[in-house]
Amino acid sequence: MSDNLGYLFAAYTAVWLGIFLYVRRLARRGRELEEEIRDLRRRIES
Amino acid sequence: MWRGVLAILRKDLRIEWRTKESLAGFVVLGVLLVVIFSVALDPAPADAPRLAPSVLWAAFVFTGLLGIQRGFVLERENDCLGGVLASPIDPATLYLGKLATNIVLLAVMQALVVPLVGVLLHAQLGTVLPALLLVLFLGNLGFASLATLFAAMTVRARAREVMLPVLLLPLLVPVLIGGVKATEAVLRGGFGAAAGALGVLVAFDAIFVVAGVLLFEQVIRD
Amino acid sequence: MPLLAALFPWAVLVLMLVAQWLIFVVVPTEAQMGIVQRIFYFHVPAAWAAFLCFFVVAGASAVYLWRGSRAADRLAHASAEVGVLFCTLVLVTGPIWARPIWGVWWTWDPRLTMTVILWAIYAGYLMLRAFGGADEAVARYAAVLGIVGVLDIPVIRVSVRLLHGIHPAVLTNKEGGSGLTDPMMRTTLYVASLAMLLLGGWLVALRVRTGRLEAEVAGLRRELEHV
Repeated sequence: MSDNLGYLFAAYTAVWLGIFLYVRRLARRGRELEEEIRDLRRRIES
Repeated sequence: MWRGVLAILRKDLRIEWRTKESLAGFVVLGVLLVVIFSVALDPAPADAPRLAPSVLWAAFVFTGLLGIQRGFVLERENDCLGGVLASPIDPATLYLGKLATNIVLLAVMQALVVPLVGVLLHAQLGTVLPALLLVLFLGNLGFASLATLFAAMTVRARAREVMLPVLLLPLLVPVLIGGVKATEAVLRGGFGAAAGALGVLVAFDAIFVVAGVLLFEQVIRD
Repeated sequence: MPLLAALFPWAVLVLMLVAQWLIFVVVPTEAQMGIVQRIFYFHVPAAWAAFLCFFVVAGASAVYLWRGSRAADRLAHASAEVGVLFCTLVLVTGPIWARPIWGVWWTWDPRLTMTVILWAIYAGYLMLRAFGGADEAVARYAAVLGIVGVLDIPVIRVSVRLLHGIHPAVLTNKEGGSGLTDPMMRTTLYVASLAMLLLGGWLVALRVRTGRLEAEVAGLRRELEHV
């Protein structure tokens, strides 16, 4: 029973890790895009 | 509308007949795949007939994917697609015409491959021929309904030619399963046994021929 | 409205944690499969969330094709991505659950088989959008694929039942239909499902925002060329 605990832990780790990594990727991409928008806007105004 | 469909069918088949080399290539590919599967599986003579349905349909699916792409690529290369679209043929007619062409091409390939499988894998396919022909037709219709729709997408750019099998194969799984199971059942005991699998094929055909007719316009626009 | 938007992610987190607490602390252990059965309470909701995402892809794709709404197109793309994420989670938790119970990592039972096929269809959708090129037409092609994928679901479901699966008796246990003996189990499943659903909604909203930013960048780039 106690080694099945390992499987249980692995499954839930996978889920939380998957969600976390995806959110992090989206946040990063969002920041890059916002910076690019600021940069492009500056270049258009000049 | 049906006159338009027949016109497209006749035109396409005439083109295929004129460029016999590529049509021959299509058929030979089917034959080759059957040989390769048979060699790779290497069944004992007693086990061989059991594998016939799977080998058949795996060969059909792969050959079909490669062959149907050609139908549209041929037109793009001669820039005929523009001409066809300029004429007042409505997309539904065009789709059904192409669908019919592809079914005929598949049938021609199968006319050679099916007897070959019977010989190579010692399967008694001749005794159940009418039932087998029905299964093949239903499978071809299902396969071509999606393949015709998606093949038109590859007309625009290169990357998509590689993508066609990747996109189509998971979508076509029901045709593969239905075809194999129906063929198995037909070989074992005629029609009755194949009811479930035939139902799958009929449902698939109904859904995706209608979907194809409705969605084809979206794929050839511009 | 903005207050709602700011609070929503926290609500999602709280609900997920509540679900997690129910799953690990409150719900009783299932008799036949032991503690590993608890994987079920995330595995099944993730599958439901994936299905819902794919239906949204189809709906949004249809709106895009017939109304030309770019927002709908962005929603379709976002929903496909989140759907594939949930599908991946199902395909990862499934084998982890199967291994201690049935001794094998994989079975071709109807549900898992269908999940793999669905994963492949929408992974293909994402590939088409990523590698199909910048052409306008790609969005339309993807929309067609999005609709066709959902139309295929019922047929796939019926056809995979024709395959040899794992032994039926074990199958019903996995489906949980006969296994949910305690009412707390049902409650836990519902709470976890709600949590997954809201999580999915939040992820899609985030992804849609990213899509909007990308569109803005593309627009600004074009403007820059004309300056």
